[in-house]
This record gives sequence, C-alpha cells and structure tokens, in this order.
Amino acid sequence: MTPPYDQSGDGLSNAEIEQLTDTWREPPGLVGWLSAVDHKTIGLRFIVTAFTFFVLAGLLAAAMRVQLARPDNDVLGPDLYNQVFTIHGTTMMFLFAVPVVLGIGIYFVPLMVGARAIAFPRLLAFSYWMYLASGLFLYTMFGLNVGPDRGWFSYVPLAGPEYGVGKRADVWAQLVTFTETSGLGVAVCLVVTIFKLRAPGMSLNRMPLFVWAELVTAFMVIFSMPSVFLASGTLIMDRLVGTHFYNHAEGGDPLLWQHLFWFFAHPEVYIIFLPGNGLVSTIVSTFSGRPAFGYTALVLSLVSTGFIGFGVWVHHMFTTGLPQFGVSFFTAASLMIVVPTGLQVFCWVATLWSGHVRFATPMLYALGFFQVFVLGGLTGVMLASVPLDAQLHDTFFVVAHFHYVLIGGSLFPLLGGLVYWFPKVTGRMLDERLGRVVFWLFVVGFNVTFFPQHLLGLMGMPRRVYTYPAEMRWGTLNLLSSLGAAIMFVALSLYLWNIVRALRHGTPAPGNPWQASTLEWATTSPPPPYNFAPLPTVSNREPLWSASWPDQPIITGLATDRREVLVTRLMDADPDHRREFPAPSPWPFITAVAATGLYVGSIFTPWAVLWGAIPTTLGVLGWVWPRHGQRPSDLARALGGAGTEQRRS
Amino acid sequence: MNDLRIDVSHLPTYAFGHRSLMWWGVAALMAIEGTIFALLITMYLYLKSRALEWPPGFFAPMLLWGTVNTAVLILSAVPNHLAKRAAERQDLRGLRWWLGVSIGVALVFCGVRVLEFRTLNVWWDSNAYGSIVWTLLGFHTTHLITDVIDSLALETLLFTGPMDESHFVDAAENAIYWDFVVIAWVPLYALIYLAPRLA
Repeated sequence: MTPPYDQSGDGLSNAEIEQLTDTWREPPGLVGWLSAVDHKTIGLRFIVTAFTFFVLAGLLAAAMRVQLARPDNDVLGPDLYNQVFTIHGTTMMFLFAVPVVLGIGIYFVPLMVGARAIAFPRLLAFSYWMYLASGLFLYTMFGLNVGPDRGWFSYVPLAGPEYGVGKRADVWAQLVTFTETSGLGVAVCLVVTIFKLRAPGMSLNRMPLFVWAELVTAFMVIFSMPSVFLASGTLIMDRLVGTHFYNHAEGGDPLLWQHLFWFFAHPEVYIIFLPGNGLVSTIVSTFSGRPAFGYTALVLSLVSTGFIGFGVWVHHMFTTGLPQFGVSFFTAASLMIVVPTGLQVFCWVATLWSGHVRFATPMLYALGFFQVFVLGGLTGVMLASVPLDAQLHDTFFVVAHFHYVLIGGSLFPLLGGLVYWFPKVTGRMLDERLGRVVFWLFVVGFNVTFFPQHLLGLMGMPRRVYTYPAEMRWGTLNLLSSLGAAIMFVALSLYLWNIVRALRHGTPAPGNPWQASTLEWATTSPPPPYNFAPLPTVSNREPLWSASWPDQPIITGLATDRREVLVTRLMDADPDHRREFPAPSPWPFITAVAATGLYVGSIFTPWAVLWGAIPTTLGVLGWVWPRHGQRPSDLARALGGAGTEQRRS
Repeated sequence: MNDLRIDVSHLPTYAFGHRSLMWWGVAALMAIEGTIFALLITMYLYLKSRALEWPPGFFAPMLLWGTVNTAVLILSAVPNHLAKRAAERQDLRGLRWWLGVSIGVALVFCGVRVLEFRTLNVWWDSNAYGSIVWTLLGFHTTHLITDVIDSLALETLLFTGPMDESHFVDAAENAIYWDFVVIAWVPLYALIYLAPRLA
C-alpha cells in the first residue's frame, strides 16, 4: 500500500498553499454562511438536511406503527393518518432519498475525480436553498393542519379540484415543483463536473464506479424529473385556473396523471438505487482489497439500468385496465431489468470471492444490502407478473416489497457509505464495535418490521387503512411489525449517538484509514477548501493502489490567488483550458427566497407567478452579473474603461 | 519526491463550443427543456387519442398570425447566427450590432405572439383541448421571454462591462439557446395549427 498523497505541497511553496486556502475558503459571518458555494459545504448541508428529514419521516412511520400495533386503535384518527402516511412517503422520496444521494455526489464526485471545485457552484447553492425551503414549507403546512393527504403519488381525481378540497393537494404539488427545481440544478452540476473537470489521465474508462453511478443518476434526473414537474404544474393549473387536463367530463383523462407521474417515479427508484449500487461497488472493492471484478460489466449494467428504467413505468398501472398487449410489453421490460441487476450482484460476489475480505462496518452494510435487496428484487419479479399484481395491488405486500427495495437498495448502502466516508468528512473515526452492534440491531429490526408485511398483504390487508377490526386476525403480525420498528428506532438512535460521540471524542482519522484506492483518500481528512494542493493526475483505475503513484505527475501552473480550475476534455481528460470560477455570493440565496415566494404564492393566486417572476429575475441577474475583473484581460485593456477595475469583491 | 510536473500555465483561459463548461450547461438545460416539450407533445397526442373529434367543439386556431410568426422566427435565425459568428471572432462591434438586431426580431415575435393567443379560438378553461393548446403556446412563450431578458442583459453587459473574453463564449451559447427555441417551435406549430386541420 502506498502512502497517501503528499500534502506538504510537493510543487507548491508554503506561501502558495496559504494563498490557496485564502482564495478558496468560505467567507466568514452570517452573510458568508448564506453565500457559501464550496461543494463540500453544500454537499454536507444536503446530507445533514436530508438526514434531518429522514428522522422526521421516520418518526411519522413510528407513529403509524404505533397506530397499527393493535386492532381498532385510536392513537391517530383517519384524517391525521392520511396526512402522516402521505408526508412520510413524500418526505422519504422527495426530501430524503433523492437529495441525500445527490448530496453525497456533490461532496465526493469532485474529490473522486480530482477537481478543485464543482461546476456551476452558484447554481449548486441555489439548489440547496430551494431544497431547504421546500422541506420547511411542507412541515410548516403540516403544522398548520394543511399537510398533503392524498398519498405520495397524489392521484387524480382524488387530488383534483372536485375531491381535493382545501389547499392540501396544492401543497403537495408545489413541494414537488420546488424539489424538482433543486434536483435538476444539482444534476446539471454533476454531469458537467464529471464530463469536464476530471483529473488529467482519468479517461471515462478509468472513472471510479461511484462516479459512473452518479453520472447515470444525474442523467436520469434530467430526463425523468421534467415529467413530474409537468404533472404537478398541470395539476395545480387544474385546481387554480380551471384547466381540464385530468377532468374526464371535459375531455381530460385521470390516467394521464398516472402516466406522467410514473414516467418520473419509476426512474426515480433507480435514481435512488443506482448511487447505492455505486457505493456497494466502492465498499466491496475497498474491503476485498482488490479492484471490483468486471468493471466494464458493472458500468454497462448501470447504464443499461438507466435506459430500461424508463421503459417500465406502466407496471405501476397494471390494474387500470390498459390494453393487454401494452401490459405484456411492460411485464417483459420489468423482467428484463433483472438482468443488469443480477449481473452486478455476480460481479460483487466474484470480487468478494477472490479478495481478502475485511468485515469492517461498511462491509457489513454491503452484505446486509445483498440479503435485503435480493429479497426485494424477488418480490419485484413476482409483482411484475400481471395476475399476481392484480391480486396484491394496494396491499401490504407492496409496502413490504418497496421497503425491501428502497431500504435495502438505498439505505443500507447509505448507512455503510456514511461510516465509510465519515473519517474523510470529519477527520474522526466512528466506533467500530458500536457500529457493528447498530448494524445487527438494524438488520434484525428491519426484517422483523417488514417481513410480516408480506404475509399481511397475502392475507389481504390493504395499504393506507388507519385501522382494522380484530376479526381480520391481522393483529399478531402487525404487533410483530411494530416491535421490529421499535428495534429499528433503537438502532438508528445508537447510529446517531455514535456520530455525536465520534465528533467529540473520536480518534483522529488518517488520510486513508481504509487503504482505499480512489482520489478522495489522497487528500487530508477533512479535505482543505481547495481539495488538492497540486492537482493530481492518474494513469489507472485504482490510482492509490498503483506502484507508480508516488511518481505520478502533478499539475502546476494554476493560479493560487484566484479561483482557477483546470478544464479537461470529455473522453480522455487531457488538459484543455483554465477557467476562473465564481466567488461566494448571497445572490443564489436571494433568488431562492424570491422563487419560494413565487411557488408558495401560486398556491393562492395565479398572479403570484407573474409578480414573483420579477424579483426572481432580478435575483438571477444579480447572480450572473460579473462583479470584478480580477484578471485584466487583453480585451479589457483594449476596451479602456469597460472592464479594467481591479476591485476584489 | 516527485519531479514530474505538468505545467498548465500556458493554457488559454476560455474556449468555445463543447470545450467550454457553459456549452455543457446549456446542453443540459436544453435536454431538460426539450424533455418537457416532448412530454407536452405527447400529452397533446394522448388527449387527442381520447377524443371523438378534434378539435372538440371549437374551430381550429386561425392560421394567419401563427404562420406569420413562424416565418419571423425562422428569419430570426439569420441575425442570431451572425451574432454567434461575431462572438466566435471576438468581434465586439459586430456582436453588439447583431445581438441587438436579434433582440429586435424577438420583440416583434413576442408582439405577434399576443395576436396568436387571441386567435386560438379556444380558452384554456374551455376543455382539455384548450388547456393543452394554451399550455403548449404558453410554455414556448416563457422560453422566448426568458431568452429576450437573457439577451438584453448580455447586450447591456457588452456596452457597460466589466467583461472579458469569456463573455464571447456566453454570447455564443446564448445564440445556441435561441436556435433551440426556434427548432422547438416547428413541431409545436405543426401540432397547434396543422393537426386540428388534418384530423
């Protein structure tokens, strides 16, 4: 194993390092806090905010399990129960699962590709503020008893103007518009960073698998989120200005809603799950002490899952009476997606088989992922067949299935990934022994909670009922499920405690505590504001494991007194040009506040869109307007007065 | 110790086309917006497939202003292209002039667009057909207005500064985005004005 990348500034003097720190550091004070643009700051904010919403949605789930623990219970009434399950699902999907995988990408992709910064840092900051505003908005409205209550997919006509009286369905629609704006912004930042800011030598076929996973995910965001954006936009138009998209009496069609929603929401499952795959590949490779087996197969699996993921949305609509031929096509597509997923599992098994496995906590979560996710995948194959789906649709079997897929496919890798990267982010190690205890509690708690729900579904228990009579004989299994939820609650509390304890008393982390191979481990823990002092280059897929790493060329000649980054070429990452990046700015925050006014106001009056557009536009202009010419260019000199000010903002 | 260094200080500080970050940013934006347009078109065709007659209960939109505007939009590609060429040549005077002409043509287009809305022969709340037609035209108009504001800001910058070479790259990307708005209009024209007549 080679020593970590020399951070003493090989190639850079101490004065230059100090200048780099000064240039890339976030500004101080409250305004500085609102102006932050560093991808590590914003990425961490995304992750922390997402986990806060995860805890809130988890508490809502706990409330539901308390209510369902015994028959004829009355802890939650039917109206509150409707809000609770809707907000639980909406939070988990829109405010936790997607933002957290994007947040981890924001933090680690620039580090893993060896870049100074993320592309379009101000767009990134704007995306964060929009995301935060959407979450605050949802929970404020819930506190005012205006929480959405039509389920996380908000089907029309139940959510339409005729049946969805009040503002609850509008809150859901605008929450979605908010978060999609945020998600799309982040996706653009990630794609451009991955395409254009990779370290010299990191051709596409040398990119870490996690970066590949984030790339495919970002593309899926770009092509799927417009669909739900349009769905929520037309829903609110139906409710607010009297359009008839979903009104059957005037030529509209409620099924159009389901098509638009699932054309987004099925790819969304893969948006959540592909970064989890990338994490598992990373963890399995690191803790097996060898490169992931079948790199090309793994990459092709990610890419083909990305494509097939767009062709399966109708399997959520098997019971809507669609033509037989169409349904058969979507059954076939749904079965086909098992192929790339299965291929990945075999590659991971081969990696483990031929490596020297260390059973550290992240590795345990990867193994837990196998158990849970394979079970979820199997019930997925069952539900892909139309006759079985017709029987089990809208029962607890489906609830069990998608919790196995989502918690297995996403949360297990995330919890493992958090342990894996915690030392890099904080410079502290988590307690290994407590970590193992938490893992086992969580696995047991999870299976005890959700496995009985398969049986409840087979026994006919529908989803989204706030209670059930004792004669149905569902009481015992429901009580078991609720006990499992209590175990999960304890496990996650201990997980949080482990983090709090480590932040205070954790042993300091070295640069590369797990002896991993990717570039984020080549810098200090936590990384400096500029990520890498001299920018690294790579000449193979596992740079830190290669014998030639100490002799790897470094990049010199980038400015240290301004935010200059190296832009490289798409395919082979050859150095192309230098580009000055924008400095921290409060304008993205101001724009997000204006846009929030627009979105929230539009629930009440369509004029809010017009009046809100004015401050939003001004905000964007303030954000893009060049403030200073730090680098006097030839053009500026030629123009005389036009661009020669040397003022630093 | 490491003696191998790659000195990048001689590299340029900006680049045009797909070498620049901004090109990829605009490409991603066009992918997002293009997906929305494609989905709107799909919605139109979906609603049409559900209807017994098309347009249901109303006259088709009047051809005149839509056709005039299509001609204006296609013509606008000329000053827009010249603005892009001037930007790539880093010819500030030419860019100021042709960007100004492009903005003028775009404003004419926005004016005629008002007449288009008035001759659609249906309201957004008349029925689902009216809803989708107004949304198609409205969404395209939003792009026009956004691009006009963007161009006006850029034109102001070209006169007041502070600017450097990279703003020529921005101007070139702005021209590409206008091309997108033009190209996106062609299928929308066919859908809004021709589809009701063919049905």
